[in-house]
Amino acid sequence: MYHKTKKRWFLLSLTGLLLAALLLGGCSQSSGSIIEGGSSTVQPLADKWSKAFEAQNPQIKITVQGGGSSAGVKGCAQGVLDIGAASRELKSSETSQWPDLVVTHVAADGVAIVVHPSNNTADLTLEEVRNIFATGSNATWTVINREEGSGTREVFEKKVMAGTEVAAGGEFLPSNGAVKQKVASTPSAIGYISLGYVDASVKALSIGGIVCTKANCVGGSYPVTRYLNFITNGKPKGLAKKFIDFCLSTEGQKIVDQEGYISLK
Amino acid sequence: MSRYFIDRISKRGVFTLAMVAFLILVFVAVFMLRESLPALSKIGLGNILLGVKWYPSHDSFGILTMVAGSLVVTLLALAMAVPLAIGCAIFLAEVAPPRIRRITRPAVELLVGIPSVVYGLVGMIVLCPLIARFSGIGSGSSVLAAAIVLAIMVLPTITSISEDSIRAVPAQYKEGALALGATPWQTIRHVILPAAHRGIIAAIVLGTGRAIGETMAMVMVIGNSPVFPTNLFAPARTLTGNIAVEIAAATGLHESALFTTGLVLFIVIMIINSFGLIAYRRAK
Repeated sequence: MYHKTKKRWFLLSLTGLLLAALLLGGCSQSSGSIIEGGSSTVQPLADKWSKAFEAQNPQIKITVQGGGSSAGVKGCAQGVLDIGAASRELKSSETSQWPDLVVTHVAADGVAIVVHPSNNTADLTLEEVRNIFATGSNATWTVINREEGSGTREVFEKKVMAGTEVAAGGEFLPSNGAVKQKVASTPSAIGYISLGYVDASVKALSIGGIVCTKANCVGGSYPVTRYLNFITNGKPKGLAKKFIDFCLSTEGQKIVDQEGYISLK
Repeated sequence: MSRYFIDRISKRGVFTLAMVAFLILVFVAVFMLRESLPALSKIGLGNILLGVKWYPSHDSFGILTMVAGSLVVTLLALAMAVPLAIGCAIFLAEVAPPRIRRITRPAVELLVGIPSVVYGLVGMIVLCPLIARFSGIGSGSSVLAAAIVLAIMVLPTITSISEDSIRAVPAQYKEGALALGATPWQTIRHVILPAAHRGIIAAIVLGTGRAIGETMAMVMVIGNSPVFPTNLFAPARTLTGNIAVEIAAATGLHESALFTTGLVLFIVIMIINSFGLIAYRRAK
């Protein structure tokens, strides 16, 4: 019996050693993989980029995660992510907490104000949108917001709300996809999502007569636009740089256009 | 040597395991308190607990609306689930023929195992549009949708534990009552249910715990508006939902305030459990 226990301990410690060796081995091999994550706006684009990149570089594995822009910034700063994705610029609180973070614009995007396809409204002024979101849900509108910390919400607050608070009486959903689903299934709904997510299930409103299209976003006439960013801890280097360079290449930017976002070229 | 040695080892072993379980609880509590400290010292417990405005980017961190949201949704869910569950338990334990019980009992138990995100999905796709059509306003994300989904989720927990406790009532009680001329319903009502009292209370307490801690399904059907749950057909927000929706994106004071939300939830659940325990001890 006693010997059996001893043998068991021996086996246990052996397993532990093996595990440790595996982990250490895994670390030294990390040159073959990078983890990208954050903004749910960037996620579909990053998915396509990583597939195209992996097809060219089969020895490199790219993992794409969601989580939201702030999670992308935080994850990158804390070393959990090699590349953080954010659909907004860094906040002053973030640059002061993590001064080493470097932002690279990888694409541009418009934030479309969307309603249910059956809604007769086709155009609102910026001020009307602001009033609707400052009032919250009522008999006419069901207001769908993004959660605090969302990059899309931040851009919306800055460019549309201009300091006015969004009403607590609206709904708050945690992703572009969730907002789109809710707007698509609610006749009275109004929400805001990335241009890349707009399809036939929702109707994008024109703002002051300007339709949310790529051309209008590029020309600067559509008011709610932003850059999509990759964030690295220090200047991009190694595999992260290789991947970001690919995203910025002609081929990478072609994918941006295919996915409904706005290329930088 | 061997048999006594094993005895000694196993005693120590189970003691250690018990201590580990306890230490994990202590560790979680200490960790949450530590992470909450910045918010508690900079914002103040009073402002967090009694504040009615939640707008972290504008430095408003009140969670009273969500405390109310969690409590109201849980109470509504229990009001729907408890009568149903006890009725179901009585049927399964006392009335149902064995053939039916063989099918329904595993079915009820299977309900416990369905992940909450599935309940949330069904609630979001089926229940919310129904409620929207019925109320004629909004998207259907509402206190009512949340309460119904929660009621369905806690139903199997309360049912199966109540059924077990009804079954555990000694057969002599039932036989005695029936021999005295009581009808089966009189037996259930005046003999079996009072005897199974404690187990049923325990079942309700467990159900309450599950209800108030439920997160994913709530986030999907309640609309997450940080307002008081004053209207059945309007959205609200629960404490759990507040953490789940925002923690990924939170930094600094906002993050700390979310840990405080967790701490408050922890304390609310402890209070509910203590009430349950008192009720359980009082019942004989």
